[in-house]
Amino acid sequence: MREIYLDNNATTKVDERVFEEMRPYFCELYGNPSSMHFFGGQVQKKVDEARARVASLLGALPDEIVFTACGTESDNAAIRSALEVFPEKRHIITSRVEHPAVLTQCRNLTKRGYRVTELNVDGNGQLDLNELEKALDEDTAIVSLMYANNETGVIFPIEEAARIVKKKGAIFHTDAVQAVGKIPLNMAESAIDMLSLSGHKLHAPKGVGVLYVRRGTPFRPMLVGGHQERGRRAGTENTASIIAMGKACELAEQYMADEAGRVRELRDRLERELTALIPNTRINGGGTDRLPNTLSIAMEFVEGEGILLLLSDKGICASSGSACTSGSLEPSHVLRAMGVPFTCAHGSIRFSLSRFTTDDDIDAVIKELPPIISRLREMSPFGREYLVQK
Amino acid sequence: MWDYTDKVKEHFLNPRNVGEITDADAVGEVGSLACGDALKLFIKLDENKERIVDAKFQTFGCGSAIASSSALTEMVKGKTLDEALEITNQQIADFLGGLPEEKMHCSVMGQEALEAAIAKYRGVDAPAHGHGHDHVETEGELVCKCFGLTDVFLKKVIASNKLHTAEQVTHFTKAGGACGGCIPKIKELIAEVMGEEKKAAAEKPSKLTNLRKMQLIQETLENEVRPQLWADGGDLELIDIDGSNVQVAFRKACAGCASSGYTARFVEQKLRELVSPDITVQEVQG
Repeated sequence: MREIYLDNNATTKVDERVFEEMRPYFCELYGNPSSMHFFGGQVQKKVDEARARVASLLGALPDEIVFTACGTESDNAAIRSALEVFPEKRHIITSRVEHPAVLTQCRNLTKRGYRVTELNVDGNGQLDLNELEKALDEDTAIVSLMYANNETGVIFPIEEAARIVKKKGAIFHTDAVQAVGKIPLNMAESAIDMLSLSGHKLHAPKGVGVLYVRRGTPFRPMLVGGHQERGRRAGTENTASIIAMGKACELAEQYMADEAGRVRELRDRLERELTALIPNTRINGGGTDRLPNTLSIAMEFVEGEGILLLLSDKGICASSGSACTSGSLEPSHVLRAMGVPFTCAHGSIRFSLSRFTTDDDIDAVIKELPPIISRLREMSPFGREYLVQK
Repeated sequence: MWDYTDKVKEHFLNPRNVGEITDADAVGEVGSLACGDALKLFIKLDENKERIVDAKFQTFGCGSAIASSSALTEMVKGKTLDEALEITNQQIADFLGGLPEEKMHCSVMGQEALEAAIAKYRGVDAPAHGHGHDHVETEGELVCKCFGLTDVFLKKVIASNKLHTAEQVTHFTKAGGACGGCIPKIKELIAEVMGEEKKAAAEKPSKLTNLRKMQLIQETLENEVRPQLWADGGDLELIDIDGSNVQVAFRKACAGCASSGYTARFVEQKLRELVSPDITVQEVQG
């Protein structure tokens, strides 16, 4: 069965050009970039090139790029660093809809005496910057807010937030794992201090990430024991994956227009046709800025896992905000924070597109999803009296 | 992705007996939209109102909830109401070739709906389950506020499925799976149920084989007696068991203690209570 892969916010296909770029660095060019001989030195040059490519995508300087093992490591390192830089400050601000890589760490820190403010979001999943301004005080060490939400694609006003935070002297970090490569970012004209990204969300392999650290931002490493990454992240470089990350960033720059144009149009068509064909739906985050590739659609009176399994039976790969798919028992913390009613939260499905998504993929969903929803609704004891006939 | 058996997948993709029975004899409903799953079970009896001739269901829930509902309706057909009541959630899971432990609550929901339907038909109060807002039972104390589950219901599931961790109780009933506030209480309930089982086992001396009796004596000394002696700096050693005569030697602070006679009676009393009433304890030098 051919896979119709619409779960790119979970992970992406490694672009074959990326794979070709990294391929020689396993069995042939396996030298250690730190070595004094020519054999390691040639790898060092490629690592430098990769660093420059990542910097170019972000509008950053190469020495502001720190390679890590994943987005989660980048998030952890950023928050820990800020707390070490300001040992006297005991307050952290984040939001209720962050990825667990940030949220779990913050919640764990409350057990160690830190005060954590989790900013609320409105029904569209959007922040209120006044709430941020009020929460900030002299005790705030770091504010960590995601650039774009993985479940809904909602984009936060990160630049405004960063400017507000900088006025109070705290460090501003953003988890931009979902945003990088999908929307343009320019660190040269930004107030962001630190930014996390992840390779496998932009067609590089799993197991490589980046933490952008602005020049002049004080930084304390989480991993120590080596000089690598200018002492900001010890450990022999994952050369092949770093080189892959560089290529992936170069391609992402080239494909930015495709994301903003073709991919967005595909997403919009999917959204338009599904809402026309399926009664009682709502678009999570539909009333605010969203990533061009993400559609989170809630369908009343059905449960997400059933939808995903029936889609999967047709080769369609998507994801859900439902409890049952994750083994947890509550619907996603993002949808709950947005106040999505229970009738919808359990039946929310996320389709996330990429440069490899085709018209045919979208047609397949438009053909297969409406009968799946009717079938599950017929099976459900709820909603008969509410459902609009279409 | 869940590791569902082929039978679960098959019953999910082709569920049997979906729908309503308009002239059903019994209808049982459990769960709610807020809980994330719900099951409405319809049962039709034969002319003599003895055997179940038809069963249908409507389910809102995940793949395993739908498969469990489908399995349940297949299992009850042809059974009398009393026979149907014998069905356990484990049997529903077994019918499907097993369920992931995190999904066992789906099988529990099936069993609850069946009990609710039959109880309603017979005009008696449904057994305490509390799962579902329309059917919150007053019997028992509310333990899990998020999912509306009572101690009576939880203890029943703990006992019948031999659950021994709070995590398992969450997998089987959802209790503690949302805010987690009731997890300490769940642990207490597990301890209570296990304590009751232990007592029940000890209260059946007539079935004691010699082997079992010796094991029980050893367990009782290890778990109930020695820890108490340790607390006072003492100890004892089991020297021999001759029928119902248990020979022990006192050690440490107990050895040569003026009140060792009293201690021997304490040991005897414990063994009589937990193993067999005919036990005598004899202090020996060893």
